[in-house]
Amino acid sequence: MIAALQPTTTWYLVLAAALFGIGMVGVMVRRNPLVMFMCVELMLNAVNLSFVALAVKLGDIGGQTIVFFVLVVAAAEVVVGLGIIVAILRRRPGATADDLAELRG
Amino acid sequence: MVDVVWLIPALPLAGFLFILLFGRKAGDPGAGYIATAACGAAFAVTVAVFVDMLSKNPEQRTSVVTLYRWVPVGSLQVDLAFLVDPLSITMCLFVTGIGALIHLYAVGYMHGDPRFSKFFLYLNLFILSMLMLVLGENLLVTFLGWEGVGTCSYLLIAFWHQRNSAATAGKKAFVTNRVGDWGFMMAMFLAFQAAGTLSYTGLNGVAEAGGLAGSTATAITLLLFVGACGKSAQLPLYLWLPDAMEGPTPVSALIHAATMVTAGVFLMTRMNPLVHEAYTWAPTLIAIVGVVTALFAATIAVAQNDIKKVLAYSTVSQLGYMFLAVGSGAYVAAIFHMVTHAFFKALLFLGSGSVIHGMHHEQDMRRMGALRKLMPITAFTFIIGWLAIAGVPPFAGFWSKDDILMYAFAKSPVLWVLGIITAILTAYYMTRQVIMVFYGKARWEDAHADNGAHGDFEPHESPKIMLIPLVVLAGLSIVGGVLLLPFRKSFELLDIWLEPVVHPGQTDIIGTWAYDNKYLLMGITVVCALVGIAGAYMVYAKHKAKAFEPRLLEQGWYYDQTVSAFMGGPGRQAFDGVAWFDANVVDGAVNGTGHVVRGVGDELRKTQTGNVRNYAAAIVVGVVALLTWFVIFRGIL
Amino acid sequence: MELFVFVCAALMILGGAIGVVLQARPVHAALSLVLTLFGVAVMFVAQDAHFLAAVQVIVYAGAIVVLFLFVIMLLGVDQADDLQVEPFPIQRPLAAILGVGVVGMLVAAVVSSRNTPVKPVTVTDAVAAAGTAPDSNIRALARDLFSDHVLAFELTSVLLVIAVVGTVLLTRKPSRSESKGAGA
Repeated sequence: MIAALQPTTTWYLVLAAALFGIGMVGVMVRRNPLVMFMCVELMLNAVNLSFVALAVKLGDIGGQTIVFFVLVVAAAEVVVGLGIIVAILRRRPGATADDLAELRG
Repeated sequence: MVDVVWLIPALPLAGFLFILLFGRKAGDPGAGYIATAACGAAFAVTVAVFVDMLSKNPEQRTSVVTLYRWVPVGSLQVDLAFLVDPLSITMCLFVTGIGALIHLYAVGYMHGDPRFSKFFLYLNLFILSMLMLVLGENLLVTFLGWEGVGTCSYLLIAFWHQRNSAATAGKKAFVTNRVGDWGFMMAMFLAFQAAGTLSYTGLNGVAEAGGLAGSTATAITLLLFVGACGKSAQLPLYLWLPDAMEGPTPVSALIHAATMVTAGVFLMTRMNPLVHEAYTWAPTLIAIVGVVTALFAATIAVAQNDIKKVLAYSTVSQLGYMFLAVGSGAYVAAIFHMVTHAFFKALLFLGSGSVIHGMHHEQDMRRMGALRKLMPITAFTFIIGWLAIAGVPPFAGFWSKDDILMYAFAKSPVLWVLGIITAILTAYYMTRQVIMVFYGKARWEDAHADNGAHGDFEPHESPKIMLIPLVVLAGLSIVGGVLLLPFRKSFELLDIWLEPVVHPGQTDIIGTWAYDNKYLLMGITVVCALVGIAGAYMVYAKHKAKAFEPRLLEQGWYYDQTVSAFMGGPGRQAFDGVAWFDANVVDGAVNGTGHVVRGVGDELRKTQTGNVRNYAAAIVVGVVALLTWFVIFRGIL
Repeated sequence: MELFVFVCAALMILGGAIGVVLQARPVHAALSLVLTLFGVAVMFVAQDAHFLAAVQVIVYAGAIVVLFLFVIMLLGVDQADDLQVEPFPIQRPLAAILGVGVVGMLVAAVVSSRNTPVKPVTVTDAVAAAGTAPDSNIRALARDLFSDHVLAFELTSVLLVIAVVGTVLLTRKPSRSESKGAGA
């Protein structure tokens, strides 16, 4: 009976939603810039998951193409983001996101 | 020939610029001759244009010479243009003619003054402004000239500015004129709003066609009259003119006798179709103000001891006559009196200047006397001026004054009575002046002995350059009446000449009692003049009666002091109140807006914490809101 | 069978995610991230997106997380965060509420539309030519990528180059003369 249950697209999408939510909460709660970045990666993965699920459901290979691009762009983003974090933390070691408040109005 | 009319103001402008650049080098008397030449050349051009106009038919005498579009702003299209018609050419003739004579006189009078060339600089600028005023085709060009003559009168009255009284008098003239200018400007705004144009042909055309509501025409008329009161020294705003005697005598002659003060009368005459469209109480008001001013000033002149102050109040009085004429619808009579007044008042002022010059700048008449033998030509010409202003036929003043009184009678006998009383007083105080200055005991000897002044003091005749204008003006005062002799229609030259310009507003009095009995009225006028002369003769020559010079009259009914007290006291408080309002309410609103914006900005600034996590929280709040909108309200559910 | 795979992968994913958020030390968080990424790769395989699964493991888990670890190690930011302290009192409750909100909304949207009929998608000829061979997924993906989306592909490569160059510039230590000239 249980074995007869097939994971449907809806399951994948719900899972992706949960992953996205967890990543979002992580961005808001964590102070370490690197960990915040990792939570952003979580969100991107959630999106990739939902794209692939929908690609299967709709029979359109375009969903997977999008994921391909998201992957590439995420990689580029990580490179640049980590470069910035390195540049900042080199000058102010041990800074957290709360310490980097120069743009205060 | 009409196309060269732009030369008329251009020549004094050229003189002004030349003296501006080279005046100091030209010096005394070079700068003076250049200025006189500029004015004289303008007169020559005016005569040429005049002669050309005479050869044309009366309907073709009006033309407009446009120089260029001055103000092209939306629906306000104003040209720098000249309106050449009988009225403006008449004004130009006597402005440039008498102006040239006074320039010549001033060359002699101002000799030795350290700022000689600057005086002629201002004189040429004045002539230029006056010509712009008179030749203007629209209210804006006239206003340009109006302001120009106001400025020049300030510059010239305060010419000897090292004297406190002169500087103050200059300021007083300018400020009082400004009050009048407010009226002019409001009239311009109202006229533009009502008729969409500022040009005389446009406005008068609209008025004649009945396109102006009676209330609008009345408002414009009265506002223009406020301006005229300021410039032509009528009752509420006359108090600058007596003080303006601080300026050199040629200035008094030119500005305050012959030209500038007549600008108000000219303006009303120019706008006569519009005045005609106003409610009838408006011209009546003008006439009343005019005649009351005339009487008021005449009473003050009776008690003045400064030779120029008598003439100043006399000017105010004669201007009152002109406004009486305007209010009675007698525009031709007003212009006629303006012309004859220019002749004899300029003559009287220049003559008094000659006396002052010969008396080494003594101006108090009580210290003069018996000057007739020592200054024969001055005395002779002055006496001709006296006879003209007193209204003794056949001199010019009689004809013009009588014409005005006739129209005044046709309007209302009360106005005529007031005018007659003023005529008696005019004859009285002018005779008083002549007797005190030229006849009687030589009081200057006593004064001199008391003062123990410098060496041998003998009043002397003025140099020839100052006497030539006197003689010319005397001649004009004798024959000036020819312009409008009432005996026959064809003798009324000025009336025929000005008819196309004034016919909408000119009152027709043929058939009234006044017209039918004009010879009777003329006779009464002559009798009154003789009564005035006889009265003064009795008091001052024969000493048969006591002189009537109460302090009240000498101080001008304390009008000046009243105005000062008001302005210093309650007036000042009102002005301070207005200034407070402007600084706090008006500026407060503007500044307040800035404060509010800054305050709001300060509060909003607090959202910019610089903290990434707060921004992330804000973004997520937005995301949730959007999702809520789409899922719940747009109905996925 | 598929259910079992799904449940295991889901547990990996969610466990790793919660680990990333709750671990105090960044290195532990990075390793939790690896767990999540593997879970996602398994999910990709389960849905016949084999190529993407491979790329996911190679690029994400293999390169990106390694990059993270390099930075953590090199910069020495390995200290444990003090998770007890929260400077903004509102932040945690707000995060909780918003997290629940987002997840709730998305789930509601997904669940309520699960029976919506799907429009048939026209499959392009290039993609259809990939056939149904065992490697048809990669063929189909390649055909789609290089025919319909080739411009985006090229631009993405340019983007990568720019990112690399930019990062090198950003992280370059200023040379001696520059640091002297620029001042402290």
